[in-house]
Amino acid sequence: MNYSQFLNMFPEASLMVVLLITFIADFCSSKNSDRQWFNPLVCLLMLAHICFNIYPTEAAEAFGGMYTTGPAAGVLKTILALGTLIVLVQAKEWLSRKDTAFKEGEFYMLIISTLLGMNMMVSANHFLLFFLGLEMASVPMACLVAFDKYRHHSAEAGAKFVLTATFSSGVMIYGISLLYAACGTLYFEDMANVITASPLTIAGMVFFFSGLGFKISLVPFHFWTADSYQGAPTTVTGYLSVVSKGAAAFTLCAILMKVFQPMVEYWTVLLYIVIVLSITIANLFAIRQSDLKRFMAFSSISQAGYIMLAVVGNSAMSVTALTYYVLIYVVANLSVFAIISSIEEHNNGTVQMDSYNGLYKTNPRLAFLMTLALFSLGGIPPFAGMFSKFFVFMAAVQGADIHTTLGGWAYGVVFIALVNTVLSLYYYLLIVKAMFIKHSDNPLPTFQSAFSTKLALAICTVGIVAFGVCSFVFDWISVAANA
Amino acid sequence: MEYNYAFLILLLPFLSFLVLGLVGMKMKRPVAALIGTVLMGCVFAMSVYTAYEYFFAVGRDASTGMYPTVTVFNFTWLKFTELLTFNIGFRLSPISVLMLIVITTVSFMVHIYSFGYMAERDENYKVEEYEKGMQRFYAYLSLFTMSMLGLVVATNIFQMYLFWELVGVCSYLLIGFYYPKHAAVHASKKAFIVTRFADLFFLIGILFYSFYVGTFNYDLNAQPELNSALAGAAWVMPTALFLMFIGGAGKSAMFPLHIWLPDAMEGPTPVSALIHAATMVVAGVYQVASLFPIWVQYAPETLHYVAYIAAFTAFYAAAVACCQRDIKRGLAFSTISQIAYMLVALGVCFAVDNHHGGLGYMAGIFHLFTHAMFKALLFLCSGAIIVIIGSNFKEYMGGLHKYMPITNICFLIGCLAIAGIPPFAGFWSKDEIISACFQFSPFMGWFMTVVAGMTAFYMFRLYYVIFWGQSYYELDPENRRKPQEVPFVMWGPLVFLAIISCLCGLIPFGHFVSATGQSYDIHIDMSVATTSVIVAIIGIGLATYMYAPKKTPLADALAKKMPKLHKAALNRFYIDDAWQFFTHKIVFGLFSKPIAWFDRRVIDGTFNFMAWGAQEAGETIRPWQSGDVRSYAIWFLTGTVALTLCLLALL
Repeated sequence: MNYSQFLNMFPEASLMVVLLITFIADFCSSKNSDRQWFNPLVCLLMLAHICFNIYPTEAAEAFGGMYTTGPAAGVLKTILALGTLIVLVQAKEWLSRKDTAFKEGEFYMLIISTLLGMNMMVSANHFLLFFLGLEMASVPMACLVAFDKYRHHSAEAGAKFVLTATFSSGVMIYGISLLYAACGTLYFEDMANVITASPLTIAGMVFFFSGLGFKISLVPFHFWTADSYQGAPTTVTGYLSVVSKGAAAFTLCAILMKVFQPMVEYWTVLLYIVIVLSITIANLFAIRQSDLKRFMAFSSISQAGYIMLAVVGNSAMSVTALTYYVLIYVVANLSVFAIISSIEEHNNGTVQMDSYNGLYKTNPRLAFLMTLALFSLGGIPPFAGMFSKFFVFMAAVQGADIHTTLGGWAYGVVFIALVNTVLSLYYYLLIVKAMFIKHSDNPLPTFQSAFSTKLALAICTVGIVAFGVCSFVFDWISVAANA
Repeated sequence: MEYNYAFLILLLPFLSFLVLGLVGMKMKRPVAALIGTVLMGCVFAMSVYTAYEYFFAVGRDASTGMYPTVTVFNFTWLKFTELLTFNIGFRLSPISVLMLIVITTVSFMVHIYSFGYMAERDENYKVEEYEKGMQRFYAYLSLFTMSMLGLVVATNIFQMYLFWELVGVCSYLLIGFYYPKHAAVHASKKAFIVTRFADLFFLIGILFYSFYVGTFNYDLNAQPELNSALAGAAWVMPTALFLMFIGGAGKSAMFPLHIWLPDAMEGPTPVSALIHAATMVVAGVYQVASLFPIWVQYAPETLHYVAYIAAFTAFYAAAVACCQRDIKRGLAFSTISQIAYMLVALGVCFAVDNHHGGLGYMAGIFHLFTHAMFKALLFLCSGAIIVIIGSNFKEYMGGLHKYMPITNICFLIGCLAIAGIPPFAGFWSKDEIISACFQFSPFMGWFMTVVAGMTAFYMFRLYYVIFWGQSYYELDPENRRKPQEVPFVMWGPLVFLAIISCLCGLIPFGHFVSATGQSYDIHIDMSVATTSVIVAIIGIGLATYMYAPKKTPLADALAKKMPKLHKAALNRFYIDDAWQFFTHKIVFGLFSKPIAWFDRRVIDGTFNFMAWGAQEAGETIRPWQSGDVRSYAIWFLTGTVALTLCLLALL
């Protein structure tokens, strides 16, 4: 065996190193002592990992072609690592609580393992490796969701996550088996060469799609989302909503465009249906929520619909738009979750929207940052969210021009998505309204967030403001996707 | 690459804006002002150095005899197609380097001057009229300087448009600086709406241009390959260019879009000097000059329309300026008239030739340069007077030469310069413009000569009513504030600009800027020069006779004899009222009301219906999310199977 091929897996290898150092550090230090250095250490390791991987990798493969990597995947991995880093930074405040401090190390190891799994999933070139990666991300994720296991909500959320995840994995592996039956191979490229549209392959594709649809939480595979998001610790919810979703969306995009290219008319229709359902139904649910975490769950389902809209284009532009959307979504959504988490920590775990009334009076800076993040999620210029939505729509419309048979449909889907942005703006502004306009007799008291939370918020806010206007961010992704 | 420091020219003012805008209110006033001024000083120094490098150290390209067009940087911001990209860049050409000098010189002087001016205001003004905010003032000034510099170094028409809008915003902010005052708020709105309205045409022009040419680039020297694309779109060029010119006419206050500029005088006087005299209002001239090769080649006929519009504006504004009571408004009309001169000069060109047909290009830019200096000087002088007197109206002035000797001399130099008396700056540039007009047609030549005479008349009228005549203070010295000279921070910039106004006409301007780019020696056409000097002296003489003495019987008698004409001129010939009628009666009545109805009933109705529908639907589908894991699994499977069936139906 040629061991030099491990060098092609540099992002995974360096992540392994991070994991091992974290493990050793956790193992060698007393769990009862006050470990102030631990979080900075892990964050710095993660930062080092990002720095080593910031240049897009060359296209390469390992293990007989089961593992492939390229510039686009490299960029996405860096973005996922960035999202994880932000989550790690903002987790410090929560992890220094008495009831969590002793298992701080577990949290880091679990979160890095999921990231490792996602990296494998993104780079897989074979359905089995892909499935392994998916499960490797999924199992520690269930532990993370149930991290506050003595709290009823968290345990329930964990249980629901495990049960539905198992179910979806079952459906998915069944789909993969159908594909194997039809094609006789599980290698992506080989399958792309032989696959044709038949009832068997269509059923296989949809079943496979549902498995990733579960991860991205697309309607109708989304039911777990609200319960798990609500019950999981807020930091984990943030992680679940951006990093996990981003990895799955990118993988789905890559597999659809690579493996199922001969069946493009079918999966475009599949996407049309799922996107319209996701965006519309999630928006309708979101309007009615009073619990902010549940609200963000539905918001994230609707955002997932927008992410998938890019795939409709079926071009290099789609990959660029999707990756860019994920990046912007990472910073905006994590900013919202950092604020929710910070308010929760300082106010006995309140996440009700009513308690945000009059927040502007007592905590003007938090209210302002929250507004920026929500504006970005809603797509108001000049924040980055507007640009990412613009590119997604552009990719979808370009796709419509290419597919002559179904082009008209794409315009319809884009139109429905546009109408839905108005709707989403409405519910995002509900929070802004609560913070700035609604009066409250006893608003949340003024408090100071921890330095780590402020740092995470600062990173996110810089992203929200700058990633749209500074064109080189988009160029960086675009160059990688076109290579 | 040399000039690699050039990005600092844009970055420093922007940083200054950020710092002063974000934390300015936490600083002491002098500290904030000092930060702004020092950074502006650096930009000024860098611009002068750039000009030295560009014109002298590097110099002309030996093979073509032209100054090379240098693109310092030009990065792609948004890519529409392979060819049509939106770039932000920094380009040095003779006129952009020249504009760098003009903008930074005036801006730097204004920064220094405002130390005195704004501090005075901060101390002596009533709160209901004036919101304290020297920090805010300096932040806006920095932003304006950055925008204006970005405009002149633009590498493409879209960048120019972007910064064009930014200077519009800064102008709006600064006109409305005294926002507790109603007049200031109205003036700022008026300025913004009128210029925005004109900019709409600029944008349409850009869209026409980019759609047919396929690029935003316009610089033929930097991109010679543009010629073939332009030739293919020659038929649309006159329309596109004229639409762009309408945008320029809005900024440069050409008739009938000039109505905002006189009202813009509600802003602080240093702002009037910087924005509404020297820099922003000449953006239209700069725009036409940048596109000059395309104008001459593809739309020479249309270019002459520009000249006719400008010539009429010059005459109209000069006529109105003769009757203004408010000294700043008088200067504002004078500015309109002088900008019109520049556009006449550009408009009468009919060939790219330094000697015949293209003289106006050099003359127009030359006048832009000299006018910026002496008009900034005049405005800053008027600011000094206003600070001392506390009013804009000529009735409260008079006889100030005894009390404000330095301001008196500086204002006189400014007046001599604008009137076109040799050897002051205005003479040289105006003489070239009138020569160019005579090359075009004798009528245009004589017409502009007459306007030059009117210029001399109204400027000296202004000078006499301020510094000579009956002193308001001396009528009742007991109860009135005694005028005195302004402090050094204010008269220092005045003297500096006065010296430039004396000398800058002697610069061999044709060596730097000319229609072809090759060196050109300015020669004075003796017959034209003599005529215009004689006309100017007649104008000055008439003004001296009418306004210099303490009693002005002739002026009063004239006003009495022709009350209608006098009143009409005082009211700017009712152009504002015409616009008022047009917008309120015609536009609002015929267009806005039906649109408002449609908006309220149809658009709002649709959205209200959607909101209602969403609420109802949300309530209906609520039970779906039951919390029961078994039902989730069933939904999951049902969904998957349903989707499969859907796709199978397609097969």
